[in-house]
Amino acid sequence: MTDAVEAVGLGRRYGRKWALQDCTLSLPSERVIGLVGPNGAGKSTLLHLAVGLLQPSAGEVRVLGRDPRDPGTLARVGFVAQDKPLYGHFTVAETLRMGGWLNPAWEYKLAEKRVARLDVPLTQKVGKLSGGQRSQLALALALGKRPELLLVDEPVSDLDPLARRDFFRVLMEEVAESGMTVVLSSHLLADLERTCEHLVLLSRSRVQFAGDTDDLLARHRMLTGPRDAAAAIEATHTVVQADYTERQASVMIRVNGPLDATGWQVRNVSLEDLVLAYMAAPHLTDDTIETAKKEQVPS
Amino acid sequence: MIDFQLDGHSGVATYLQLAQQVRHSLRLGLLRPGDKLPTAKEVVAKLAINPNTVLKAYRELEREGLVGARPGAGTFVTGTLPSGDPGELEQLARELAQWLRAARQAGLGREDVEALYGAAMRETFQEPAPGAQRQTEAEKV
Repeated sequence: MTDAVEAVGLGRRYGRKWALQDCTLSLPSERVIGLVGPNGAGKSTLLHLAVGLLQPSAGEVRVLGRDPRDPGTLARVGFVAQDKPLYGHFTVAETLRMGGWLNPAWEYKLAEKRVARLDVPLTQKVGKLSGGQRSQLALALALGKRPELLLVDEPVSDLDPLARRDFFRVLMEEVAESGMTVVLSSHLLADLERTCEHLVLLSRSRVQFAGDTDDLLARHRMLTGPRDAAAAIEATHTVVQADYTERQASVMIRVNGPLDATGWQVRNVSLEDLVLAYMAAPHLTDDTIETAKKEQVPS
Repeated sequence: MIDFQLDGHSGVATYLQLAQQVRHSLRLGLLRPGDKLPTAKEVVAKLAINPNTVLKAYRELEREGLVGARPGAGTFVTGTLPSGDPGELEQLARELAQWLRAARQAGLGREDVEALYGAAMRETFQEPAPGAQRQTEAEKV
């Protein structure tokens, strides 16, 4: 199957400053994919390059196997930008009609139904909507064209918890119905844990780790136990984070094989703990971990 | 019908939490053979989670022989839990209650008992490598 997004050596420069540099990644299709990473890692730039709103300064990006700037590609891709650009003096109904004029395959009735269900009055001026309603309208506008791929940049960072839940409910119901691919950048890891099957951690333009969310959770453990026994654990598993006191050690590990944790208290790790630990250890990437593992195997 | 709840901080994958809740309801007799499980869309509408996660949980339960999908109709409970002999189970439950009373009389508190129990569990069921055996992983939590 064609990847939803594929980047090779992709970069974008503003003057002398690179917003994204040498980014190589592939995002699988028919999944909901979370894009996380510290501010300045290049998440927004990557999404803008993927919808053709920016042109690469280096490398290449392909979307649904094609050039993102090709009009045929654009009709199949939806985008919700972080600032949700909408015309404030339009009413909700006018905004939806505009969607119809701008998109060849537009489902006005569907978009109207979606908006009506969320108690957004059609006659209301967009400028008077609440943050949650604006987000819902921006989402309805992006979904109205029935995209195969939807890219969403920090959709809920400014919303209250209830509006956030509503946003994800609509988005996930749409995924259930259409099976579209979604790429979602967010700092809110609890939301991503519930919604994303695949997670990519971007750090300084590079992919620090990428993979199935359930596998990531299954492969990491937090161990608490005697400090003098820590070396044995650390010899076989990758230490993502470690804290020591005089006698006690707390280590988060990526499990590399059978785990003999006799005498240790073993806990699961939440996605939030996991991502924070990796962000604090940018030298640990899928690549460096694999290399280190190979070197450990006695020849 | 079962009403799913999620613990966002458990570090247990969402699909495992769903599967675990179905097994738990089966053990308590709250779900019985013939009962229908909610559709992926119904679960999504309530929990705002990824629909594929629900399907993954149902596939896991199907592999365990606890539920079955009827095309066009939905997913239904087909198995029962626990799997042991009812008489034997009752006997085990009695013995455990007896042991707990003895522990309490010996001055052990709730946490002391939990620590003992946890250690004995780990020794008996030999903690598997995470990721290697998901099923046992889910049972353990």
